[in-house]
Amino acid sequence: MRKIVIGWIFIGSLGVFILPWYMINDGFFSFSWLFEYELENYGPSIFFALSEKKWLLPLVGPLIFPIILLFFKSSRRTYSNIFLISGILGFVYFFLQGYAIGIRGWNYQIFETLFGEVDRQFGIGIGAVLTISTFIFYLTHGLASRGWLNGDNFIVGSIWVVIILVSIFVFIPILNMFVRAFIGSEGIHTLASFSDRFINKGLWGLDCVFSNVNCGVVWNTLTMGILTAFSSTFLGLGFALLIARTNFKFKKLFKVLSVLPIITPPFVIGLAIIILFGRSGAVSTFLEWGFEVERSRWIYGLSGIWFAQTLAFTPITFLVLIGVIESISPSMEEASQTLRASKWQVFKTVTFPLIRPGLANAFLLGFIESLADFGNPLVLGGDYNVLSTEIFFAVVGAQYDESKAAVLAIILLSMVLIAFYVQNQWLGKKSYVSITGKGDSGFYAELPKSVKNFIYFVVVPWGLLTLIIYLMIMFGGFVEMWGVDHNFTLKHYINAFSVTFDEKIGLHWTGTAWNSFSNTFWVAVLAAPPTAAFGILTAYLLTRHNFMGKRAFEFGTMLSFAIPGTIIGISYIFTFNTPPIEITGTGIILIIAFVFRNMPVGVRAGIASMNQLDPHLDEASATLNASSYQTFKNIILPLLKPAIIASLVFSFVRAMTAISAVIFLVSARYDLATSYILGRLENNDYGLAIVYSSALIVVMLITIVVIQLIVGRRKLGRRDQYVDLMQGNSG
Amino acid sequence: MKKAKVEFKNITKKFNNTVAVNNVSCTFEPGTLTTLLGPSGCGKTTSLRIIAGLERATSGQILIDGEDVTILPATERDVSMVFQSYALFPHMSVMENVSYGLRMINKNKEEYTEKTFNTLELVGLKGYQDRMPSELSGGQQQRVAVARAIVLEPKVLLFDEPLSNLDSKLRRQVREDIRFLQQSLSVTTIYVTHDQEEALAISDNIIVMKNAVIAQQGAPRDLYNYPNNKFVANFIGDSNIIKVSIVSHQEDNYEIKIDKKVFKIKSSIQANKDEPHVSIRPDKINILKTSKDNDLEGQIDSNSFVGGSIQYKVKTSIGEFYVIIYDTSNVFKKNEKIFLNFDSENIKIISD
Repeated sequence: MRKIVIGWIFIGSLGVFILPWYMINDGFFSFSWLFEYELENYGPSIFFALSEKKWLLPLVGPLIFPIILLFFKSSRRTYSNIFLISGILGFVYFFLQGYAIGIRGWNYQIFETLFGEVDRQFGIGIGAVLTISTFIFYLTHGLASRGWLNGDNFIVGSIWVVIILVSIFVFIPILNMFVRAFIGSEGIHTLASFSDRFINKGLWGLDCVFSNVNCGVVWNTLTMGILTAFSSTFLGLGFALLIARTNFKFKKLFKVLSVLPIITPPFVIGLAIIILFGRSGAVSTFLEWGFEVERSRWIYGLSGIWFAQTLAFTPITFLVLIGVIESISPSMEEASQTLRASKWQVFKTVTFPLIRPGLANAFLLGFIESLADFGNPLVLGGDYNVLSTEIFFAVVGAQYDESKAAVLAIILLSMVLIAFYVQNQWLGKKSYVSITGKGDSGFYAELPKSVKNFIYFVVVPWGLLTLIIYLMIMFGGFVEMWGVDHNFTLKHYINAFSVTFDEKIGLHWTGTAWNSFSNTFWVAVLAAPPTAAFGILTAYLLTRHNFMGKRAFEFGTMLSFAIPGTIIGISYIFTFNTPPIEITGTGIILIIAFVFRNMPVGVRAGIASMNQLDPHLDEASATLNASSYQTFKNIILPLLKPAIIASLVFSFVRAMTAISAVIFLVSARYDLATSYILGRLENNDYGLAIVYSSALIVVMLITIVVIQLIVGRRKLGRRDQYVDLMQGNSG
Repeated sequence: MKKAKVEFKNITKKFNNTVAVNNVSCTFEPGTLTTLLGPSGCGKTTSLRIIAGLERATSGQILIDGEDVTILPATERDVSMVFQSYALFPHMSVMENVSYGLRMINKNKEEYTEKTFNTLELVGLKGYQDRMPSELSGGQQQRVAVARAIVLEPKVLLFDEPLSNLDSKLRRQVREDIRFLQQSLSVTTIYVTHDQEEALAISDNIIVMKNAVIAQQGAPRDLYNYPNNKFVANFIGDSNIIKVSIVSHQEDNYEIKIDKKVFKIKSSIQANKDEPHVSIRPDKINILKTSKDNDLEGQIDSNSFVGGSIQYKVKTSIGEFYVIIYDTSNVFKKNEKIFLNFDSENIKIISD
């Protein structure tokens, strides 16, 4: 037998015979359990199996069964069968016992009548994780020795690991949420309780059409999504044309603006809008003083959310559209010009139709983002309720109604998935953009006057507004209290980030923000490597290997990106609050939530760069005696360095700024920056909130700049063509 | 180096519903260089990749040195390949590229360094070991790719259109280098190309493929002189394919009639009974001003001077002829009435 097999049998045995089987409250790596070791708390599986938890005993069989192969010679077929059978038995039994026995003994009445009462179960710990990993290895090793995927252990194993992890941390929580939707008030599953909650005036009411009363939440959400998608696509197109097709002098500045939303916590725009346009906001005060415009609460409600979301998501649609516009080959516009088309005709008949699929794409993206947004509706919503906030209020606070939250989440999920599906399936085939790899040396046609005017009169002011909003965020923290007292002060900074030096304790982090800040930082740092690794590995499997169900595999890994964070959050607390995986309230659940939410970006980045790698490189490596693991390690990883770094950065930044998923998952001990800021906002402590937000932005900006400097920037072609054009014209 | 025989037994490869290789059987003799020749999409590269282990045959068997390797992955086959794009690892130096295969099987540093240096010297890249691939010319990159493949002393060496990324002057030089190297190592080599001149120049044996099957195989000279079908006659060199009528036929002896003239020819290739055709090479035809001997009447349709020869298109009652005349002192003018004359030994019967 090969070394790797013996290694895994050893790992599995560690899990069963030595290491603590159940979860340790202080965390395994605190190692405090070693000093206060008690078998009852920290014992291995075998200890429990021989005392009151007899159901753990059958796990030992399949674990050590393959050892017989050490003593008997066997054919390839028996060899693979032994691993396959051990793997499947162990795997299935592990999950059976895990889900059948819960915190109060049997989870299902039928087992109790069959087998009698049993002891309670706890959340699984390090021992259980190692054991199940070994069973997964048995299973995949068995399949590989049967000749699956050229008998490649590494590939078969990786595919199964990705599928199992995505199932546990994406599909099962979502399915679990569906189940919750059918639980009535007495805890009984009924269709009636689902339909009661589903067919509900609060959701579907159309009162706003006839009277002043608000419409149902679903209509509210839809209206918000469509308005935001429309405005942000419109403005995004304007910005993209401004950057790609004009000589506008401050292009660089505007490009920088497009990066900002990525590093801005989503509700910060809402916050800035409040301090500018709120009842005591700077602009409102000025308008009242100068023009006697009455102060109003217009920003609370649909108009405010729309305003904030358009500011927040325009840069995202811009990034989509500039990609599309820059990849249009100029020769098509040149061809159109040589066929006697005027500037306007070129734009109308060639440029615009080529951008159109991109526009639809940007629209859907804006729509999905808007629906998933939690921060802005929470801060600016007022009486205007949308699904993402309603889900939150259904489980936090007085009404605590899990089933209602689940029903709302299902509706939101359906809306987003439809948009996601349309974006993937329908638009995927309609793109005209193709990168041929042939150098295109033409020039883009000049934009028609009317389009240029639109850009200068609408887009540029909007860009300035965005700029002002960010300046507000960066410097708003130096003022006593907006709208009331505009004296310079450092008190908010001191309040949040003060550090005192005490002779006894040394450095003392007295600021109120430090706890959540360090949590956020470490969670983000710890989540980044697994996110990138998982994403790149998945990208490699998807681009370089063919296996059954690949399309479904791809769709599944991408799905978790489309699922709004609110839904991830709520389904996680439904699922991971009870054994076998009991991790709510820990830091681990935050890390896991980030990994599976952000992994699809790693996959996308990985796929994009893998497609630029000549597949002959892998093949050359394979013909030169390298196994697929060696190829992955020696050839793929070094060449994917830019993509790896991009997904590390993205993962880090997203983890620092996310709010929608984690607001459900934070605990007193593991509070995060964004949820802390939101808490301050609810207490009208705007000063601290803005100080903290700006600090977050600065930290991330520094991180990105440092990484950019280390890695270096990739040169993009065609970027400077306008300079050439101008020099050509002036000659 | 080890000499190994490679055998294809009823190999079929399907991609979804398209058949890339259709029930092909053939043998690649030990120590020889065999070319797989054919137009794009004929299945030659797929066949090569099946030998390398980069594709798995849908059905059939492949033997290397008598051992059935049909289901072995590339890593476990003693086969090296030179890729069309060279596939040099861009993040590794020449030294690291060439020694890669040796390092993967955990050879110690001394051993792989020595072998790498020897191989680099063999391909004429002594002193280049620390360069990166991007710092080499196309021809040098190609030699690194060859060195990387032969350093492992494989049983079989594969080339996938190795010259297609080089300019035409360099191509001739490199192909001679490859042939020289192959003969001095006497390693079984399989070479894929779509360029018939390259194939003729370099091969011991040529396998011409068309639409996923073998059209004809044989030594270069035999293929050129005795093409047994229209496709090969046209693909290897140029040919005039002429429909004829058979006057009499006894075993290998044929009497055929072209226009008004009867030729006696000997052919081991059986003529097609319904539509007998022959092939005549364009440089085996003479153009005469006058004829005493029932030669084929024609009219010059075009003439082009291409340096060493003049190429004519000639219209006749039985179709258009393509003729190459090496005597450039005398040019026949457009629309001039002439006669086409050819010897019976240059008329080759083709089967279909």
